[in-house]
Amino acid sequence: MMNSQGQAQGAAPGVNAHDHHGARSYLVGLLYAVPLTLGSFWAATSPLVYAPAVPVLLATLAIAQMGVHVAFFLHISSAPDQTNNLLALAFGVFVTGLIVFGSMMIMTHLNHNMMSMDELMKIQR
Amino acid sequence: MSVAGEALPIEPEVPLSLRGPAPLRVVAGFGFWLFLLSDIILFAALFATYSVLSGSTAGGPSGAELFDKRHVFIETMCLLTSSVTCGFGSLAVQRADARAMFVWMGATFILGVTFLTLEGREFASMVAAGAGPSHSAFLSAFFTLVGTHGLHVSLGLVWLVIMLLQVMTLGFQPMVGRRFFAFGLFWHALDIVWIGVFTIVYLGAK
Repeated sequence: MMNSQGQAQGAAPGVNAHDHHGARSYLVGLLYAVPLTLGSFWAATSPLVYAPAVPVLLATLAIAQMGVHVAFFLHISSAPDQTNNLLALAFGVFVTGLIVFGSMMIMTHLNHNMMSMDELMKIQR
Repeated sequence: MSVAGEALPIEPEVPLSLRGPAPLRVVAGFGFWLFLLSDIILFAALFATYSVLSGSTAGGPSGAELFDKRHVFIETMCLLTSSVTCGFGSLAVQRADARAMFVWMGATFILGVTFLTLEGREFASMVAAGAGPSHSAFLSAFFTLVGTHGLHVSLGLVWLVIMLLQVMTLGFQPMVGRRFFAFGLFWHALDIVWIGVFTIVYLGAK
């Protein structure tokens, strides 16, 4: 039943959905991902990079590599038939950012406002 | 208004609302994609925990003292290569080419096992050096985050073996193809999580 409905829609069930990507997509992905990985490890170990800039550089390289993996390995694109996948991904990224940056911000503020252990001990006495 | 009509190269003759349910392959793929995103949100919570606790070493060793970057680089390369071999394996599944499928998926399995072995050795040496998960909040968070990723990789390998057995017994049925497709998505998603792990945990260690 599902098959007949799928064909009535004009889309063969999935088999051809990714044919236009092929092996090339994975090789291109690898071609982008390897320099980005090497760049990350180089940035973290090389004395040539200005030390306070390292975290920003690492974050940039990591986000770029995640983008490469999503586009070339998971084949998520902005094509019309991918709208649902892209919207779900956007929501996932939004929640991830909210959890990670939200937690870090709240906990840094809490740490900042908390009394040090010595002062707490003085009050208890 | 006419421009909008010209911009779309293929104007479907049936409106979207009248086209009936999407094919099972699309529905199954989308459902699994939603699961993967919820899994990534689970990892987000663990990443948040790690980021908050990474400085709380309780007088014990810090990340920079414990981690061997060369070791992590080999692990990273194993996982990246396995992602590509998994992609080639998925293409072989689509072509119903059993021989190529076994070669590429076998390579994926070996690289996955290599990754797990390296990670297991790292964990064992850390525990042996007295830096086990019970030592400090930093180490608890480290073992939870990296261990959860390792657990996912282990489950992925079990799944891969089950899929190879299904191809041997059931052949390339549409059902088996869908499951293999979902496995590929799972494996690629794990590689994406690992990018976060090696950047934040290993390279960002202070």
